[in-house]
Amino acid sequence: MSAVLNIEDGSVAQPAATPARRPETRTMSMIQALNSALDVMLERDPNVLIFGEDVGYFGGVFRCTEGLQQKYGADRVFDTPIAEGGIVATAIGMGVNGLRPVVEIQFADYIYPAFDQIASELSRLRYRSAGQFWSPVTIRTPCGGGIRGGQTHSQTPEALFAHVSGLKTVMPSNPYDAKGLLISAIEDDDPVVFFEPKRLYNGPFDGDPEQPVRSWDQHHKGQVPQGHYRVPLGQAATVRAGNDVSVLAYGTMVHVALAAAQQAGVDAEVIDVRTLMPLDVDTICNSVCRTGRCVIVHEATRHCGYGAELSAQVQERCFWNLEAPIERVTGWDTPYPHAQEWAYFPGQARVAQALRRALEG
Amino acid sequence: MSAKLHIPTAPCRPGDEPDFSAITLPAAGELARPDEMVAADTTRELSFSMIRVLDEQHQAVGPWSPALTPAALRDGLRHILLTRLYDDRMLRMQRQGKMSFYLKCTGEEAVSVAQCMALEDGDMLFPTYRQQALLVTRGYPLMDMMCQCLSNAGDRLQGRQMPVMYSSDVHKFFSISGNLGTQFSQAVGWAMAAEYRKTGDIAAAWVGEGTSAEADFHYALTFSAVYRAPVILNVVNNQWAISTSQNIAGGEQNPFAARAIGYGIPGLRVDGNDFLAVFAATRWAANRARAGGGPTLIELYTYRAAAHSTSDDPARYRPSDEWERWPLGDPITRLKQHLIARGEWSEAQHEQLQAELAETVQHAWQKAISLGTLNEGPRPPDAAMFEHVYKDLPPHLLEQRRQLEAMT
Repeated sequence: MSAVLNIEDGSVAQPAATPARRPETRTMSMIQALNSALDVMLERDPNVLIFGEDVGYFGGVFRCTEGLQQKYGADRVFDTPIAEGGIVATAIGMGVNGLRPVVEIQFADYIYPAFDQIASELSRLRYRSAGQFWSPVTIRTPCGGGIRGGQTHSQTPEALFAHVSGLKTVMPSNPYDAKGLLISAIEDDDPVVFFEPKRLYNGPFDGDPEQPVRSWDQHHKGQVPQGHYRVPLGQAATVRAGNDVSVLAYGTMVHVALAAAQQAGVDAEVIDVRTLMPLDVDTICNSVCRTGRCVIVHEATRHCGYGAELSAQVQERCFWNLEAPIERVTGWDTPYPHAQEWAYFPGQARVAQALRRALEG
Repeated sequence: MSAKLHIPTAPCRPGDEPDFSAITLPAAGELARPDEMVAADTTRELSFSMIRVLDEQHQAVGPWSPALTPAALRDGLRHILLTRLYDDRMLRMQRQGKMSFYLKCTGEEAVSVAQCMALEDGDMLFPTYRQQALLVTRGYPLMDMMCQCLSNAGDRLQGRQMPVMYSSDVHKFFSISGNLGTQFSQAVGWAMAAEYRKTGDIAAAWVGEGTSAEADFHYALTFSAVYRAPVILNVVNNQWAISTSQNIAGGEQNPFAARAIGYGIPGLRVDGNDFLAVFAATRWAANRARAGGGPTLIELYTYRAAAHSTSDDPARYRPSDEWERWPLGDPITRLKQHLIARGEWSEAQHEQLQAELAETVQHAWQKAISLGTLNEGPRPPDAAMFEHVYKDLPPHLLEQRRQLEAMT
């Protein structure tokens, strides 16, 4: 069955019927799916270790590591001092000595003390030693707003990491992808920064804070195999096929984009980028060349945001097919505010507006 | 009375008489050598005073005197001498434009050589850029070191790094970063993995006293203490961080070794130009780490005799005769005199060894430059720059390599 599961088409969570035993799937939230990925990898590989702030006894402030210390022991799943730079540095050293550490940075907003270790050390170790030393560290970190977190619990700093050569950068938008991508990240011999949109932890969120919270139960991507499978790094997923305009989004914004397209009555093709580095340029540009229009959506600030790179890639490859200027819908170029959270968040209305502009252009 | 900030100054600057009045030296052999598994907080005197073995008559005295054979001491002397000759040669070659940069460890060679000899071959070394003597001691070929500095066709790092940023997985010598202190905390992780995997190996890491102010120093001490990692954390206090005196790093208050105690780690302060003392302290820490006692912080008190690098002129910030009058002397002279005092060495043998090693350096240099220098002869291919960014070449780098190749 793993062969079926290794092929991710982005729209069908249930594997095709097979004569032999089916992998058992169950409904999982993104938290449970991530926990399951960690569980699977701890089980399969004795070199996998998990550590970070509050991840051991307590199971993490978002519960992603719940029960893992009890199951695998404190020498494999443990708490660390509050020192993000120390956490990553320790992981680098362990990785050099044959282990495969998976660390949690409690909020992406707290990752900056570790930036030197990530951007100068982890990312370049293989390069500067011409392959003598390398460290397959996976850094998990919750990101994004919509939880009343203000400017230190809401940021999405993916562009800072996608900019660094030697790193891989991932952001899933649903439980199925989250588990499959995290397993791929852990198994990958290159370092991976794995952003988890925390507003999606417990359910899909389409950007409307007035709606009651939905769970993953009703979403087809909430059906997650219990065992091992991979969603490969470097492959985008077309989550909605369409003809009028291509929407490029990742993380929470995938759900916002889908809702906005519906609201605007636009036949949009929505692409979940999933892996920011390496980027699946082909899927993106094939779509844009076909629709001739492109709207890019992300939650982070606009200036030098990841959308700038997407826009440049599309312009270089699709220029002669473009019917309208490329649109970007992003967070404003301000810190993430507290009281004005929903005015900051690039919600459905702004995305719908951009979709209409793209179609008029 | 108003509060006033204190801005520490260097003890002396160009034109001043060298001033060593702040340095208090105990007599050799004065300090007790406790059992390796002693409680960290009982090492207060060891961290505030200074472990010294060689006395004024060049005899090894006191409980820290290590059981080193004359042959081992001669080996140590050989590695130190070879490092100094290598450094001298490479500096001259940099001045002749054969390479972009160089950096000597003159005056502090005993630190790396004695520490390396006190460790096992399987122990992992996390050096700074001033620990080239570790590689010399572990038998890394001089020619390979030279080729790295020359970024030539023989450079095992394929021209990726500035001169002196060596790396050798085979010799368990970690790739040198150039960003200061980052390896200190990484070494703790390496040691934790060694413990997890039960390999019996330990790690050793080095920073300069200036870098002890970096967060990584604190991370390393905290994490190694918390998890009792088998690691030796070394602060080479060579008095100068480029132009800045150790006083600016906080050395004016308490010795760097004394910081260990607050973390629950034993601290040892050692005469870094006393080969025997350095060996003994390191072996003590290694024994402790291997026995499950966790980390030790060692401050190696020494003097950076040469410039920071080829990019600065020390005559602009310190008295030029400070090194000649350094109260702890030259590690080569002290080890040589000790061997002579024991009847195991002579001036004639010393001169003969020096001549032989000079020949070795010259021979390696000729072989190295036959593979090119930075500006002449064969070099690593330009397209090699795209390899090892990732394990496998991703599409965007394949495309960029193709663009580069199309230009040439």
